Amino acid sequence: MSAQTMPAHSTMANKVIEVEILRYRPEQDDNPFPQLFEVPYNPDMSILEALQYIKDHLDSTVSFRWSCRMAICGSCGLMVNNIPKLGCKAFLRDYYPQKVKLEALANFPIERDLVVDMGDFIKKLEEIKPYIIPATDDKCLSEGTYKQTPEQMEKYKQFSMCINCGLCYSACPQYGLDKKFTGPAALALLARYNRDSRDAGSAERMKIVNQEEGVWSCTFVGYCSVVCPKGVDPAAAIQLLKVESSKDYLIGMFKPD
Amino acid sequence: MSKRKPYQREMNNDWWLKNAFYSKYMIREGSSILITLYSLILAWGVFRLSQGEEAFNAWLSALQHPISIIFHLLVLLIALYHTITWFSLAPKAVDLYIKGKPLDAKFIVAGHYISFIIVTIFCLVVIML
Ligand code: SF4
Ligand code: FES
Repeated sequence: MSAQTMPAHSTMANKVIEVEILRYRPEQDDNPFPQLFEVPYNPDMSILEALQYIKDHLDSTVSFRWSCRMAICGSCGLMVNNIPKLGCKAFLRDYYPQKVKLEALANFPIERDLVVDMGDFIKKLEEIKPYIIPATDDKCLSEGTYKQTPEQMEKYKQFSMCINCGLCYSACPQYGLDKKFTGPAALALLARYNRDSRDAGSAERMKIVNQEEGVWSCTFVGYCSVVCPKGVDPAAAIQLLKVESSKDYLIGMFKPD
Repeated sequence: MSKRKPYQREMNNDWWLKNAFYSKYMIREGSSILITLYSLILAWGVFRLSQGEEAFNAWLSALQHPISIIFHLLVLLIALYHTITWFSLAPKAVDLYIKGKPLDAKFIVAGHYISFIIVTIFCLVVIML
């Protein structure tokens, strides 16, 4: 039964999958409520495509975010059966014939249906000074670029692969319990800059790391690294920062500045 | 006028029961309670030792009670669970590079087990002698 010999519609026409969406329409609803849809099943259909089918054919009021359809823009995060996923990287075939339950990303306020308010997450990304702070700011552009060896790049490359999807914040019970926690992606991004050989801003960023809301709110649950669609491993970044923070503390005891 | 009305979902106390990964994490965290109890029993033994031979022997015979043996087996199991899960997480806190490549996680975990075995054998030898 290959796709070439038979058009998808005739083979799949009678197979349907149930998709339940947690709806929330702020102008009408006080609480979210589940709504069930039946979507024609196709094994290469992503959750995002199922949502697009629903919006095009069943209910045009369903809201969700997406852009790239290829796990690079980070906009389509949602809970699929209570696990944070990218809608474009999760496929119906992994759930069929069971029902799929979709809900807005956990730990974030629901703006509408599957759209969350990511304001707090974005604020945290900005707060950690996510830019290279050079040792001297008098290096002229004409003197050329800052050079880096492949070994130096290897030290932070993984932590620079984040697409800001927020799945790790949804997976983090510590962030769920206390929104003041800087959180996985922002700390991974912080580690990315502190570990960059061209950067000299570590001392400034360590002030954020050393706080209670910095790395010390993390109890190493580790689920952030499991759900991350880009293999960033924020849990590792945080544990490495804990080591740095402890070193900072010990040095501070003998050499207070 | 804005129609915005963001809805904040509450996190229930049973959040850690709804996902196996969270449950395992909670068992790892909870194991510290049993391990604390175990160290208190040990500390109590040291205290009894300071009170003389009779007191120490009474503590020793109390340890032979079936309840005490079941408790110790349970603590052993929990401590092993903690150790194994902890060792498997250890590579995340290690920042070693060899020739510009991060050290393979396998070696870090193996290193932990090897030191664990060496320390255990060392302790056993010290106690037996
Ligand atoms: S660290 Fe991973 S899960 Fe977290 S925002 Fe970045 S890409 Fe998404
Ligand atoms: S649509 Fe861009 S990451 Fe899914």
